[in-house]
Amino acid sequence: MNEIVLSRRPSKARVSWHAVLIAFAVTFLVLFLVLPLAAVFVEALRKGVGAYTAALAHSEALASIRLTLLVAAISVPLNTVFGLAAAWAMTRFDFRGKAWLGAFIDLPFSVSPVVSGLIYVLLFGAQGWFGPWLAEHDIKLIFAVPGLVLATVFVTLPFVARELIPLMQAQGSEEEEAARTLGATGWQMFFRVTLPNVKWALLYGVLLCNARAMGEFGAVSVVSGHIRGLTNTMPLHVEILYNEYDYVGAFAVASILALLALVTLAVKTFLEWRYGAELAARAPRGH
Amino acid sequence: MRSIRSTLTVLAFAFAAHASAADITLLNVSYDPTRELYKDVNAAFAAQWKAQKGDNVTINASHGGSGKQARAVIDGLEADVVTLALAYDIDAIAEKGYLAADWQKKFPNNATPYTSTIVFLVRKGNPKGLKDWGDLVKPGVEVITPNPKTSGGARWNYLAAWGYALKQPGGSEAKAKEFVTALFKNVPVLDTGARGSTTTFVQRGIGDVLLAWENEALLAQQELGKDQFEIVAPSISILAEPPVAIVDKVVDKRGTRAVSEAYLNFLYTPQAQEIAAKRYYRPRNAEVAAKYAGTFPKVNTFTIDEVFGGWKKAQAAHFADGGVFDTIGAAK
Amino acid sequence: MARRVLPGFGLSLGYAIAYLGLIVLLPLAALALKAAGLGFSGLWAAVTTPRVFAALKLSFGAAVLSAFINAGVGLLIAWVLVRYRFPGKRLFDALVDLPFALPTAVAGIALTALYAPNGWLGRWLEPLGLKVAFTQTGVLVAMVFVGFPFVVRTLQPVLETLDRDLEEAAESLGATRVQTFLRVLFPLLLPALLTGFALALARAVGEYGSVIFIAGNKPFESEIMPLLIVQQLEQYKYGEAAAIGVVMLGISFAILLGIGLLQRWSRRWAER
Repeated sequence: MNEIVLSRRPSKARVSWHAVLIAFAVTFLVLFLVLPLAAVFVEALRKGVGAYTAALAHSEALASIRLTLLVAAISVPLNTVFGLAAAWAMTRFDFRGKAWLGAFIDLPFSVSPVVSGLIYVLLFGAQGWFGPWLAEHDIKLIFAVPGLVLATVFVTLPFVARELIPLMQAQGSEEEEAARTLGATGWQMFFRVTLPNVKWALLYGVLLCNARAMGEFGAVSVVSGHIRGLTNTMPLHVEILYNEYDYVGAFAVASILALLALVTLAVKTFLEWRYGAELAARAPRGH
Repeated sequence: MRSIRSTLTVLAFAFAAHASAADITLLNVSYDPTRELYKDVNAAFAAQWKAQKGDNVTINASHGGSGKQARAVIDGLEADVVTLALAYDIDAIAEKGYLAADWQKKFPNNATPYTSTIVFLVRKGNPKGLKDWGDLVKPGVEVITPNPKTSGGARWNYLAAWGYALKQPGGSEAKAKEFVTALFKNVPVLDTGARGSTTTFVQRGIGDVLLAWENEALLAQQELGKDQFEIVAPSISILAEPPVAIVDKVVDKRGTRAVSEAYLNFLYTPQAQEIAAKRYYRPRNAEVAAKYAGTFPKVNTFTIDEVFGGWKKAQAAHFADGGVFDTIGAAK
Repeated sequence: MARRVLPGFGLSLGYAIAYLGLIVLLPLAALALKAAGLGFSGLWAAVTTPRVFAALKLSFGAAVLSAFINAGVGLLIAWVLVRYRFPGKRLFDALVDLPFALPTAVAGIALTALYAPNGWLGRWLEPLGLKVAFTQTGVLVAMVFVGFPFVVRTLQPVLETLDRDLEEAAESLGATRVQTFLRVLFPLLLPALLTGFALALARAVGEYGSVIFIAGNKPFESEIMPLLIVQQLEQYKYGEAAAIGVVMLGISFAILLGIGLLQRWSRRWAER
């Protein structure tokens, strides 16, 4: 795609116009995103690399990293499948109540994290609807991994669907219809036409979902129980360390979260680069 | 169904322990400022239990805001013992039938093995010359305290100020309300928890004085800069009593009553009292208290029962919705 | 359009609805029932105090403002990231997701550290009379931060698949840049832009972790709705907490639904 930009040979006036836009964008990104990120790393490394690595090697820090990865590994695939199904239904068919479905998909975004933890407590807590039954059968959902997964799934539910819907809407369904007319089965059409067409948006969605799943604090905090080394995810562990005046440790764990996000983004960039030619070939697609 | 159940149980970190087994785990659900205290106490108790009984005791710790922690226990967090910031929060657990209503009689000294009080943390040299509660309501003085609606520690702060005003010559409920209103007019930031306030005061450089638990003030001074802050003890303050209790329903289910009782009784031994003193909690044990007298400034204290008739009354009158604290905010 | 040709309507819609029902609607029903347990008068009393009104005004006012800021800035940044080449572009692209990845508490701490009177930015803003941390402006800053990725990330895929021929055709027909943008591009981008706006708005309204650090949390002044919920919980008043939660949810849902309808309308407008 970048080749196209080059081949266009922009005029002088346009270049300066570009420069202004770029300058504004970069300034905003630096002020709003780079500075907070820099603050995290500066604080994490305040007492040197030794203190930084020591903070991360602590068994409770490691336990929190493992738990966070586990929770994300369960939640993200669940929401990916949901996102594909919801986007397909929303963009390929007309039915009554579509606007409602769309609003319901977004709903978790508008639920305060405080509430999104609370609702599962109201359902599965000892005083909740299913609490007595769960206690009788000795099943623990709240204050254990299943509760953390539920809260995380709830908070990150809209990401994949939300990323796919506008794109699939813009793309229209001609290609899929053509595939069907040529005799493809439903799943063939899905894997050969739909999935390749939306893979970048899907990837964005999954990455966002993953980033948010690992970083969620409020909802998880309600259902965690905060047992050191057992039910503390990384964001919760950060808060604990911060409250112990262990600023280096807190920001060290936070920096790992930021790094995890940057790594997933690096993977995305690599894939884009690796399959760039294919992407460019597909790019000029009309409605 | 069975496989689902077993998966859930595996996933659920079931702390299945048997009284007879060599490995015992306990869960102590506590409030924020006790992290350092219980880190030491837990290690000491585990060593003692190992020596006496031969079993390995692991005490898992959970810390957070006192009210939030109490709610977690109510909602099913399986705490063998709770060690919270105020009796009101344990009462709330008792109300749901997790422990007997008279839990505060089960251990000595109102079931509070250590106490604290509310003091002022000021900047080096005390530039605004803040000596007592009366100085805090002067114009231009910025006071940092957490929000009594969300923080147990802040409720102690508020009650200490109220009690001071009440005990002044000519003190009355109306005067006390006036005083506390003026005090909170001087508060620029209400953090949700005690440690948040400490950070605002120490790291952000906001405010002239931080109202804090004595143990928190001493710890903050120790951790964050002895040369930057001073502690001022007011003429009179409240005796903060953070209580401990066994959660009957949980220990009976898990069969951990004996070890839980031993654990809480351990808190009253000279060894644990000394740990408490080192972590800046005022010990109950007279000998240990005498030994660490130098750590703690002399403060005249009153108890919540004397002045407010207990936590339930204080909570209803001051901190519940529509209580005195709400009208203070509205008066602005 | 022969939509019947495509398969999977029953499966995809059924799955989506079942999943939504279990994960979202059932738990929210529990919330609504908890609130309903107060009875109408109790509910009314819980959500009509002056304090709740003040918090409502702040939460929704600041959230709407932050969503507008994010829509404007997000559109520009998405455009720059998709269309232009400049050094460090990949890095900046990657950074856009940072507000999602950073735990909200860390974001709150980092922002407060930056904007406090003794912070990196605060020390320059304070002499100018601009107080950010511990004021309503602080609430706005935190909300812009947490909602920022939404607009950029919803626009990017659409911008990338947008047909350049359209723009070139418009320009060869003599349209100016501004005309091309307003007449050709904007209508095509509007559905995605609205989605981004709605999501940023919804996220900002409910945000708790990052806001409480920077807000100051003074009653009637810088107290947000989620904080009121926490305060009710501290008093073990689950019903009242649920009631405030339901009110917030109701308003947010109405906004989302309204934007959804606006989107359908804008799509028809674009297809025209």
